Amino acid sequence: MKVLAVASKGGHWVELLRLLPAFSGMEVVYVSTDSNLSATVEGSKFYSVPDANRWNKYKLIRIFIQLFDIVRREKPNFVISTGAAPGLMALMAAKILGIKTIWIDTIASAEKLSLSGRIALKFVDRLYTQWPDLSGPKIIYAGNILL
Amino acid sequence: MIFVTTGTQAPFNRLVKVMDALAAELGGEEVIVQASGVNFETKNIKLVGFIHPLEYSRIINEARLIISHAGMGSIVSALTKGKPIIVIPRKAELGEHRDNHQVDSARKMEALGYVPVAYDEVQLKSKIIKMLLQDEVPEEASIGEYASSTLVNSIRGFMLSS
Repeated sequence: MKVLAVASKGGHWVELLRLLPAFSGMEVVYVSTDSNLSATVEGSKFYSVPDANRWNKYKLIRIFIQLFDIVRREKPNFVISTGAAPGLMALMAAKILGIKTIWIDTIASAEKLSLSGRIALKFVDRLYTQWPDLSGPKIIYAGNILL
Repeated sequence: MIFVTTGTQAPFNRLVKVMDALAAELGGEEVIVQASGVNFETKNIKLVGFIHPLEYSRIINEARLIISHAGMGSIVSALTKGKPIIVIPRKAELGEHRDNHQVDSARKMEALGYVPVAYDEVQLKSKIIKMLLQDEVPEEASIGEYASSTLVNSIRGFMLSS
């Protein structure tokens, strides 16, 4: 089983690392927005992509193409992301390539799903929130990254 | 040493200013402030911009108190190491973030007992002074190295059954 795990630097990355026991025994390939973070997952394959927020459409398209290439090359069984925009792009690429997708909405989105999470909800195979009061028919709450 | 962390997304000069002023009253204790876009002279703090992830982890280890914006990376790093932390959320109305999600998530995390929160500079100052000078260190809600096992097992179960 091979997993492509995608998270932007900062909180999203920290959240992703706290989920690692879910992938034990699996091959994990990482993608983030800061090459320095490869030091925190030493020994694993690591890709760095530029950061972009949702307002920079041109940059987002370039990052999408880059992520599409990575997903196609790695052929993982799953692509999983804890956010933000580049993670969403990676899940979109995976969807197009017929690869299963999981979105874990950041714990920082406490009042409603993040914007990326609301877009992901429309197409991902599974979506988690970290706040019980945000759960719903297709939005799963099973705990958070803190405990 | 006190470590102040503001993330790399946008300036948080309100926090830098109040910490620079407060550092003068702390009897020479070193105050390291990680911040970007600081547009004024600081006098009493050690200002750093970018910190490598491994160095960041070392500083968190050495600090006796952490003051942080409500960024999850900083909060989780402090809680994992059982370090006392005070959180001060960025406010949208002051141009410190695009929306008020830091205030919302700080409020909810405070309600669950994870972190003490200061909603303005006055509260921050009084919480810091209480903690440091009156030795009033609250019980830390220390967390383990990984996410809750229910979440981990749910994700893993989904992957293995697909």
